[in-house]
Amino acid sequence: MSEPMTISGNRALLIEEKLIFELDNPGSVAIDLPEPAPFDLERLGDAPRRGRVALPDLSEPQVVRHYTRLSQKNYGIDSGFYPLGSCTMKHNPRLSEKVARLPGLADLHPLQPQKTVQGALEVIDSLAHWLKELTGMPAVAMSPAAGAHGEWCGLMAIRSAHEDKGESHRRRVLVPESAHGTNPASAAMCGYSVDPIPALENGRVDVAALKAKLGPDVAALMLTNPNTCGLFETEIIEIAAAVHGAGAYFYCDGANFNAIVGRVKIADLGIDTMHINLHKTFATPHGGGGPGAGPTVLSAALAPYAPVPYVVHGAGGLEMVEGKRAGAKPFGRVKGFHGQFGVFIRALAYIMSMGSDGLRQASSDAVLNANYLLASLKDDLSASFDGPCMHEALFDDRFLKDTGVTTLDFAKAMIDEGYHPMTMYFPLVVHGALLMEPTETESKDTLDQFIAVVRGLAAKAKAGAAEDFKAAPRLTPRRRLDETLAARSPVLRWKPAAE
Amino acid sequence: MSSKRFTKDHEWIDVEGDIGTVGISDYAQHALGDVVFVEVPEAGREIAKGAEAAVVESVKAASEVYSPVSGTVTAGNAAIVDQPGLVNEAAEGAAWFFKLKLANPAELNDLMDQAAYDAYLKTLE
Repeated sequence: MSEPMTISGNRALLIEEKLIFELDNPGSVAIDLPEPAPFDLERLGDAPRRGRVALPDLSEPQVVRHYTRLSQKNYGIDSGFYPLGSCTMKHNPRLSEKVARLPGLADLHPLQPQKTVQGALEVIDSLAHWLKELTGMPAVAMSPAAGAHGEWCGLMAIRSAHEDKGESHRRRVLVPESAHGTNPASAAMCGYSVDPIPALENGRVDVAALKAKLGPDVAALMLTNPNTCGLFETEIIEIAAAVHGAGAYFYCDGANFNAIVGRVKIADLGIDTMHINLHKTFATPHGGGGPGAGPTVLSAALAPYAPVPYVVHGAGGLEMVEGKRAGAKPFGRVKGFHGQFGVFIRALAYIMSMGSDGLRQASSDAVLNANYLLASLKDDLSASFDGPCMHEALFDDRFLKDTGVTTLDFAKAMIDEGYHPMTMYFPLVVHGALLMEPTETESKDTLDQFIAVVRGLAAKAKAGAAEDFKAAPRLTPRRRLDETLAARSPVLRWKPAAE
Repeated sequence: MSSKRFTKDHEWIDVEGDIGTVGISDYAQHALGDVVFVEVPEAGREIAKGAEAAVVESVKAASEVYSPVSGTVTAGNAAIVDQPGLVNEAAEGAAWFFKLKLANPAELNDLMDQAAYDAYLKTLE
């Protein structure tokens, strides 16, 4: 395909946008400020500026256009279907946004006297109540700022509990091979060594191998349920009993909670702690639209170690506990102030607008949608495991065998078709993984259109169109980027050409 | 005839005297794809057989390199740390990961020779 060239380098209204530093137009300003009054520089001590601040000079319309154009290059859940697996890219309701912008919530300052922010404390307390109710757990640490932060918070509570019992020799954490990469990273951040557990042919944890690895030096098991193959860990009760029998604690990665909300209380599964990604399960923005929030529920055994702050009902109203109280042994503080309050508001608005029946319906629909994808595509792609699945459908690259097309090429071709690709090459337990999570907020029409495109691409690959796939994406402002070079020699900071 | 011996995790070891040179197999580099980051152990570190010794990261995945035998590291290969792409070019040659002084040469008997490894790879297809 020949590429029409333009004089400007732009492609229609897709503007070839420079970095803001390259747009520097010395002397331009957005706002005219009066000359400062004479000032004795001595008063600044060592602080006065020595050179020019390395910021570009730009007028207001230049700045507005630059960031508007950048925002138009973004692809998000508001632009189209976003089937990224293990990410729960569901619609973010505008009602939640409206509530979060109410002046009484949006204009608060975290250092206001507590008696003036009783409503905000009630938001935190009500959300905490819902999260405890949905999981059946007695306590929740609200302040972790995202999923991995919640993992770390849960593991710190586990470590504190072991140390309190004089068992600080427990240094090993068991993590299945299909785990999110954050699990071993969080364990390492807590000073633990990581011991991988293999998966069975059916995509679930090898319980015999797990039991063989349990011992007096094991601090915890970190398990995701449903796991990253989109499968429910059916032996979880037996796993929990074995972990507790060995004196260890059971951490659950709650990234896939969307599949079981209102269906399973994780306390019934023997879990001691689990983080909840509000930005996934409870429909608050994530990806570039974050921040996320990762409240972490705790069992009775771990609750005393919950980090500060937390909200309690006091004599004079709600109180934010910042220090130590009788009976509590908080391991510390994990976040400034009270956590991601703006996310709490959105999550609570979502939960209250859905109601318990709506939440239960949502998890069912999420599972139904994933199974619709799995059933519709299993003969065109290669399904890694026999269905049914939970919230996400996993395929591997056997259907591309001998076509010369890889999972990566397939994903790039999906971009040309106007879709954000699914998660690829994860989980690692299958070859060339393609992991799709539609969530409950996509309509059957959207899924049918997507299925038709994926089927068409699979047929094209099998018909010998490898060259087309290798050339993809062909319709984007930038073609195939050199991801290897970007990883091997990353340029992390713009420098002027002269430097 | 290659004197290399292989593990099921796709490491190789080539022994001369009591010093073994360890790397990842050509199959492994191919499966990983373009290697973008490598971490090798420092000289003097004692490593048990099967323990994590090095890290290799590609555009697709990050993996551990396990030591095929027990011993004390005598050298890590700085060349592949500077140029991770060498692992894709010469996995079973110049892109070795580390050398170690063997603690128990009898452990070599647990490993596969080239023919056995080739047969093992066939079972993975």
